[in-house]
Amino acid sequence: MGAARPRAIVQVPQGWGYVAPALGFLALFFVAPLIAMVWRSLHLKGAENAGLTFDNYERFFTDASLWGALSNSLELTVVSVAIALPLSYAMAASIVFAVPRRLQVIILLLTILPFWTSYVVRTYAWLIVLGDRGLVNTVLIALGLTDEPLALVNSRTGVVIVFVHYFLMIMTLAIYVSLSRIPANLIKAAADLGAPVWRVFLEVVLPLSAPGVATGVFLTVVLAVGDYVTPQIIGGGREFTLPQAIMLYLGRLADTPLAAAMSFVLTLIALGAVLAFSPWLKAGRS
Amino acid sequence: MTQVMRRVAQGYVAIVVGFIFLPVAVLVLFSFQAGRLPLPPFNGPSLHWYGAVLSDRGMMTALATSLVVGAMASAVATVLGFLAAYGVARHSIAWRGGIEFAMLVPASVSYLIVGLGLSVFLNGLGIRPSLAAVTIGHAVVTLPITFSLILSQMEPAHVQAENAARDLSASDLEALLLVTVPLMMPAILAAFGIAFSLSWDEFIIAFLLTRFEVTLPVEIWTSLRSGLSPFINAAGTLIFLISLVIFLAFVFGLRRRARS
Repeated sequence: MGAARPRAIVQVPQGWGYVAPALGFLALFFVAPLIAMVWRSLHLKGAENAGLTFDNYERFFTDASLWGALSNSLELTVVSVAIALPLSYAMAASIVFAVPRRLQVIILLLTILPFWTSYVVRTYAWLIVLGDRGLVNTVLIALGLTDEPLALVNSRTGVVIVFVHYFLMIMTLAIYVSLSRIPANLIKAAADLGAPVWRVFLEVVLPLSAPGVATGVFLTVVLAVGDYVTPQIIGGGREFTLPQAIMLYLGRLADTPLAAAMSFVLTLIALGAVLAFSPWLKAGRS
Repeated sequence: MTQVMRRVAQGYVAIVVGFIFLPVAVLVLFSFQAGRLPLPPFNGPSLHWYGAVLSDRGMMTALATSLVVGAMASAVATVLGFLAAYGVARHSIAWRGGIEFAMLVPASVSYLIVGLGLSVFLNGLGIRPSLAAVTIGHAVVTLPITFSLILSQMEPAHVQAENAARDLSASDLEALLLVTVPLMMPAILAAFGIAFSLSWDEFIIAFLLTRFEVTLPVEIWTSLRSGLSPFINAAGTLIFLISLVIFLAFVFGLRRRARS
C-alpha cells in the first residue's frame, strides 16, 4: 500500500463496498445460525428461558450410545480415508506417469463421471451391488466361493466401501492436479544424478504432491465425519454415527438442544481438521 | 519407468475405473428391468419404469423445484462471490488474508451443521421451513467455491483494460459492468455451473429446511422408504442424464466463448 498515492486512500472504502455484501450474507446466514445453534445447545429442551447450562454436553459425553456414535464416526473416517488415500495416490500417479498425455484428461473425466449421478441415488445403487441378493453376492454364490451371502450391507464394511468409492474420485482429482504440475525435468534430473526410483519418489515427487494430498484428505475428512446419507442407507441400524444421532434427536426424539450440542462437537472436529491441514493447504496455493 | 511398470500401472487404472463405474452401471442397467426388483438376474430391457417416473407428479414437481432452487442459489452465490473477489483482487484492502479466510470457512463446516444452524435460527425468528430457506442454505455452501474460483481467474492484465476504460472516462460501475464482467465471463459461468450442480445434488440442507415442497434428492430419499425399486433406478438415470447435459452445455459454452 503506497501511502503517498491518494488513489489508494480513496480505494480502501470502495474495496470494502464490494466485499461487504458477501461478508454480510455470511454473517447473517452462516455465523448467526451457528451462534443460534450453540446458544440453543446451552439450554435444556423446553427450558429456553432458563439459565445457561452444559447439561447437554454432559449428557453427550456420558451417554454410552452417543459417545459410541462419535467414536464410530471417527473410526469410520480414519479407516475410509486411510484406505482411499494410497489407492487414490496410486491412481493419480498411474494416470500422470503411465497414461499418454492426450488420454489423461479423458481418463480423469471417466474417473469423476459418477459425480453427476445424484449422491443419494448413487448410495442407493450400492445396495444393488452389495445387498444379500445383489450383484457381488450373486456372482460369488454362482462361482461357489461362498454359500451364504456376505454381510456387505448393514455393516461397517459396506459403509467403508461406499466412502472409499466416493473419496477415490475426490482424492484422485486433488492429487492429480499436484502431480501433473511437477516438471518432468525435475524427475529426470534426479534420475540422471543416480537416484533410484524409490528415492526419486520419496524425495522429489512425494514432497511436491503434498498440497494435493492435504487438500484431498481435508475434503474427505469433512465429508466422512458429517455424512448422514451413506451410514443411514448402507449402514442401516448397525453403524450408528454422529450425524445419525444428530438427525435422530432432531427428528423422532425432538430434542433440538442435544442435537445442537452434538453438532457443535462435530463442527469443532471439522475445524480441527482444517487447522491441522492448513499449513499444507496454504503451501498449495503459492 | 520400465515397460512392465507402465503396463501394471495401466492395468491398475483400468481396475479403478471399473470399480468407480460399478454403481453407475447397475443403476442404469436395472432401470431397464422388467420385474419389480432391481436385482439380478436382469430381465429386460423394458421402458416401463421410465414411463412411471415421467408420469409421477411428485417427481416432476420436485424436478422443477430443484431447477428453480439451483438457479436462484447459484445466481446469489455467483454475484456475491464475484463482487467479493473483485473487491479483494482490485483494491488494497487491509485484512485481505483475513477476508479470504472468512470467505472460505463455510467450506470446512459440514452441510448438516449449516442446515441445522439455519433451521434453529429461522425457527427462532418464527420463519417456517421453505424453499427460500433452502436457497439461502445452498448459497452459503457454494459461496466459498464461486469466490475462490473467480478470484483465481482474476488476471493482472484485466487491470490495464479497466484502467484504460477509466481513462476514457468510464465510471467505476461502467468499468465493472462493461469491461471486467465480460472479461471474467468464462470464470463467472464456470462458477455458476459448479454452484448449480452442487445445489442440484444437495440433500441434507434441503431435507432439514423443507416440509411440503421438496427438491429432487429429498423426493428420492422419501421414495427410498418403500425399498428397492427400478423406479428409483429410472429416476436416478434421468437425473444423471440431465446433469451430464447441463455440464456438457457449460463446457461447450465456455469453449465457444474462449474461442471467440
